[in-house]
Amino acid sequence: MAHLANLYRLGIKELWSLARDPAMLVLIAYTFTVSIYVAATAMPETLHKAPLAIVDEDGSPLSARIVSAFYPPRFDPPAMIALAGIDAGMDAGVFTFVLDIPPDFQRDVLAGRSPVIQLNVDATRMSQAFTGSSFVQQMVLGEVGEFVQGYRGSAPVPVELALRIRFNPNLEQSWFGALMEIINNVTLLSIILTGAALIREREHGTIEHLLAMPVTPAEIMLAKVWSMGLVVLLAAGVALVFVVQGVLRIPIEGSVALFLVAAALHLFATTSLGIFMATLARSMPQFGMLAVLILLPLQLLSGNSTPRESMPELVQDVMLAAPTTHFVTAAQAILYRGAGLDVVWSSFLALAVIGAVFFTIALIRFRRTISAMV
Amino acid sequence: MTTAAPVASLVGVGLRYGKVVALDNITLNLPAGRMVGLLGPDGVGKSSLLALLSGARAIQHGQIHALGGDMTSADHRSRVCPRISYMPQGLGKNLYPTLSIEENLQFFGRLFGHPAAERRRRIDALTASTGLTPFLARPVGKLSGGMKQKLGLCCALIHDPDLLILDEPTTGVDPLARAQFWNLITEIRSERSGMSVIVATAYMDEAQDFDWLVAMDAGRVLATGTPTELLERSGSKSLDAAFIALLPEERRRGHHAVTLPPLAAGSDTDIAIAAQDLTMRFGDFVAVDHVNLSIRRGEIFGFIGSNGCGKSTTMKLLTGLLPASAGSAELFGQTVDPKNIATRRRVGYMSQAFSLYSELSVRQNLVLHARLFQVPEIDIPARVEEMVQRFGLVAAVDAMPDTLPLGIRQRLSLAVAMVHRPELLILDEPTSGVDPIARDSLWQLMIDLARQDRVTIFISTHFMNEAGRCDRISLMHAGRVLVTDAPAELVRQRGAATLEAAFIGYLEDAGARGEAVTSAPAVPATAPRTHRVPFSLSRAWSYALREALELRRDPMRASMALLGTALLMVVFGYGISLDVENLSYAVLDRDQTGLSQNYALNLSGSRYFVERPPITDDRDLDRRLRAGQLALAIEIPHGFARDVARGHSVQIGAWVDGAMPVRAETVRGYVQGMHQGWLLEQAQHRLGLDAAATNPATIATRFRYNPDVRSLPAMVPAIMPMLLLMIPAMLTALAVVREKELGSIINLYVTPVTRSEFLLGKQLPYILLAMLNFALLTLLAVTVFGVPIKGSLLALTAGALLFVTFSTGFGLFASTFTRSQIAAMFVTIIGTIIPAVQFAGMLNPVSSLEGVGHVIGLVYPAAHFLTITRGVFNKALGFASLEASFWPLALAVPVILMLSILLLKKQER
Repeated sequence: MAHLANLYRLGIKELWSLARDPAMLVLIAYTFTVSIYVAATAMPETLHKAPLAIVDEDGSPLSARIVSAFYPPRFDPPAMIALAGIDAGMDAGVFTFVLDIPPDFQRDVLAGRSPVIQLNVDATRMSQAFTGSSFVQQMVLGEVGEFVQGYRGSAPVPVELALRIRFNPNLEQSWFGALMEIINNVTLLSIILTGAALIREREHGTIEHLLAMPVTPAEIMLAKVWSMGLVVLLAAGVALVFVVQGVLRIPIEGSVALFLVAAALHLFATTSLGIFMATLARSMPQFGMLAVLILLPLQLLSGNSTPRESMPELVQDVMLAAPTTHFVTAAQAILYRGAGLDVVWSSFLALAVIGAVFFTIALIRFRRTISAMV
Repeated sequence: MTTAAPVASLVGVGLRYGKVVALDNITLNLPAGRMVGLLGPDGVGKSSLLALLSGARAIQHGQIHALGGDMTSADHRSRVCPRISYMPQGLGKNLYPTLSIEENLQFFGRLFGHPAAERRRRIDALTASTGLTPFLARPVGKLSGGMKQKLGLCCALIHDPDLLILDEPTTGVDPLARAQFWNLITEIRSERSGMSVIVATAYMDEAQDFDWLVAMDAGRVLATGTPTELLERSGSKSLDAAFIALLPEERRRGHHAVTLPPLAAGSDTDIAIAAQDLTMRFGDFVAVDHVNLSIRRGEIFGFIGSNGCGKSTTMKLLTGLLPASAGSAELFGQTVDPKNIATRRRVGYMSQAFSLYSELSVRQNLVLHARLFQVPEIDIPARVEEMVQRFGLVAAVDAMPDTLPLGIRQRLSLAVAMVHRPELLILDEPTSGVDPIARDSLWQLMIDLARQDRVTIFISTHFMNEAGRCDRISLMHAGRVLVTDAPAELVRQRGAATLEAAFIGYLEDAGARGEAVTSAPAVPATAPRTHRVPFSLSRAWSYALREALELRRDPMRASMALLGTALLMVVFGYGISLDVENLSYAVLDRDQTGLSQNYALNLSGSRYFVERPPITDDRDLDRRLRAGQLALAIEIPHGFARDVARGHSVQIGAWVDGAMPVRAETVRGYVQGMHQGWLLEQAQHRLGLDAAATNPATIATRFRYNPDVRSLPAMVPAIMPMLLLMIPAMLTALAVVREKELGSIINLYVTPVTRSEFLLGKQLPYILLAMLNFALLTLLAVTVFGVPIKGSLLALTAGALLFVTFSTGFGLFASTFTRSQIAAMFVTIIGTIIPAVQFAGMLNPVSSLEGVGHVIGLVYPAAHFLTITRGVFNKALGFASLEASFWPLALAVPVILMLSILLLKKQER
């Protein structure tokens, strides 16, 4: 009972500290509003304003028809260049795609000689190169096919493919961008807030004061975990409801409450991680370096920027120990696919286990190093 | 006495920090060639006045003339700053703790443009005269307080100043070292008679020997004159008493001399604290060396010694804050155990630094501590009220601690330590920096607690007159207790005139003479003055060298930067894959004919897809899509084969998980392509047509630069800009703001170094470190990843040099306008991670971005460096083809540096 009371009071104290630190408040407000808005609106569709150039060596009605097939928003209006300009343009990264229509193309098509159009792709821009090249192929072949048959509309294909995209019918990147930014910021803020709170207490000598009182290290640590976790959780909830649903008008299929439960479990793990890192670092500069080194992989390898199944097995397995992986899985399932607890329980369980392990390790380390902090 | 031209004169000088008035309309002439003392407790404005005088702080109101010019003029300040020397308050505040004595002195010598031989000569002379020569290689962080102050003095004297400004040089220093320090000053003054010295001090007894005094209180001048004049005017015997007499009437009210009633007899057996051979080691360093103590209940027990002698550590051992290395301690007959929560309730502890929560108000602090000590909830309001009354906090009860004067803050600390009615109070230097009246009132409170409430008080102090008020004292030096007895008894045993003299005697017996002054010729006054140059390479070099040394002394930071980036490169190189592969799919085959199975087989042959167990029904399809188990679900309808055979149109259903748009887009492409392929195959198979007849044209796709479309060659050059942006920026960001937090930024304010020299000097070592980083990453790319450099290595290196100059510059920029390390850290993370990962073209080309992100991508140098790394690694390019990307980079460097220089202030505001 006394433990619970101490936990509550120490946590309230943390909240007061944060409330009287305007720089931190501005930062939290920024990361959960402006930053999410910018990330959501800047993310392009996979094929969005793709830079394309065409070398038209034919100059026929058919080649003109092909040129006119490319228009915004998927493609920038195609740049008409000479054959000699291909290398320079691609070297400088001005174009991702260059289409070379050979001389006498129309004549050869009508004669049934099946001429070859060359498509140059800048393969260093992987994401665009992949989807773009198959898209360009389909567009060109479609135009040629229609030209040959002399009328618009699909040829009588016996078997039609009815392709439907579930959960995000128009594949809008902003849906993805906004929610992933929230997930990223939850991780970033929770680690830095708790870690910095501990280092600040150490630098101001107040940790020593606390330890001279009838308060246990576990209480000090748990108080930071719940208070900072609560702040981030609230901010994430507000961002989800007001910025994502309100301003950006992104529909959320699943239950916001269930997402917040996932976030709470995730925060238990990340705030513990923040404390652990603060016990490792001897000073704020070291904490800063450590934060960068840990945050980057946590975010980039969680399946949040690129699909998990495409990563090497080893990375996939190692990242199973990271809370972000399970949080991202659960969040995607809940928010986009409207999944319920029956579907995401395994991610929840994993988060809880990871959180418990992190917390225990951090507590052991905190107890051991606490005398060195005085 | 003041007929000579004054060295400095102040007219109507005022200074405010927010709402707090630090200096209130001060008009004063300070005589030249003398030793002038600024007298008064902490917080009366002494330090502010000295900071204004030295040019460290910008003047808000009024005028200050010093050394023949107006100190508001930047031109005059830069002309006279080589003639002024300023030693700020705090032990070794403007020194660099990880650097040795020699390195600190070399740094200051270089700042003033002395050549190597000249520096050697001056350093030798100064260290010989201060007795520091044997310790030249010792890091400053490991020096005693007295030695730090001597070194501070050496650094201040290295350029022969005409005006020497010392802010509380002897606070926190033991009496012996203090006496030595003043002897040194006297000696130096006798050799450089023209030098004016201005000293601030809170020790009234020191001021006795000064030439001329300024007594200050609450931002005003109380009185000026020679010590004898002040004593005569107030009719007092000591300066302490004179100061109190000079205070205005309302401040003196209620003050009376402190008297200590004797300790009640018969309490010898009732022991509150007992320690046997208590020892504490930190590595090789013995902080507390076999200390034995026995303190009776109700006794006021004093602990006397210099900073760093082990007083605080002993107190922490007794409270259980630190576990002892050896020996034992008992509180009230119970062994001290850090885990024993119950004994903590019987102890109140007040640590050396003010350590209450500055974010909580006075009342909130009291209530929080009462609750944490489990005072019953119903008793708390009354208890807090009692504390507020007893410790005179009524007027301040809703104020924030930071806005209160130090004396009241210390009363609050004492009230907090007392809130749970402890039987034992452990107070670590509670009166440090408190004015004489507040000190006396604090003592009266403590004496009342001891005599009336029978609270045992264990107190440490470095004021000798306070030591005299204790029942018994222990003198401590270098971790050992030299002697323990009643103060009067110690004076008698030693046959000394005062307690201070007795203490010095014991210290000398203990062998503290080692650092004593040996007289040596001081620096000749005919040294070459440095010329004023707009940008001095030697001063910038001085900062560069110093920064490099500090970086070397903190190997953890440098190795995290080097190894950390290498590790991240490996992780990302292998981990972030842009190929979309191994996608899970499953088929709901309602037809179950040869043809439908043929269609499904068509997919399973692809390297992009991995087949999962077939879908059983609609609900299964929905569930597995929702769970994210499938990226693609195919539904083949009833009668598929039959309808195809009859030529009826049939629909095959394909559901793609759109949660990750990039992945969905790719899946869509794959599926459409495969569907087309299947149709073609069927047409050829059934109708016997050849490919040419069905295809009016074909497309030959050439994947350039990366023919196999492998992720690694594309990713490795993309990771380099990100790592070379974030890590160097983080290193420099904290390098500058740390100086602000720790105080050594003062060297920028008061020495001839300019802002550009300071910043560029600090930047240089980090640029070198970042280039080392670059070399390491390039090596990794070529060897471990097997991504060859196809283009010009020179162009790549040149681009990297420009880019890391920018990124280190960005760190400097982030730290010029922030005040705390944490704020600088945040600005750096937000200013680098998001633009680098999202807007620099790592995942999506800049030209495809929208809105703000597009603009950031175009302006931010990371995207241009990415073009260079990809150009060189993947496209075999050189300078000529990449010129367009070099220009924005080359432009960004001066822009970010100019911004940093403009935002950095040469004076504190």
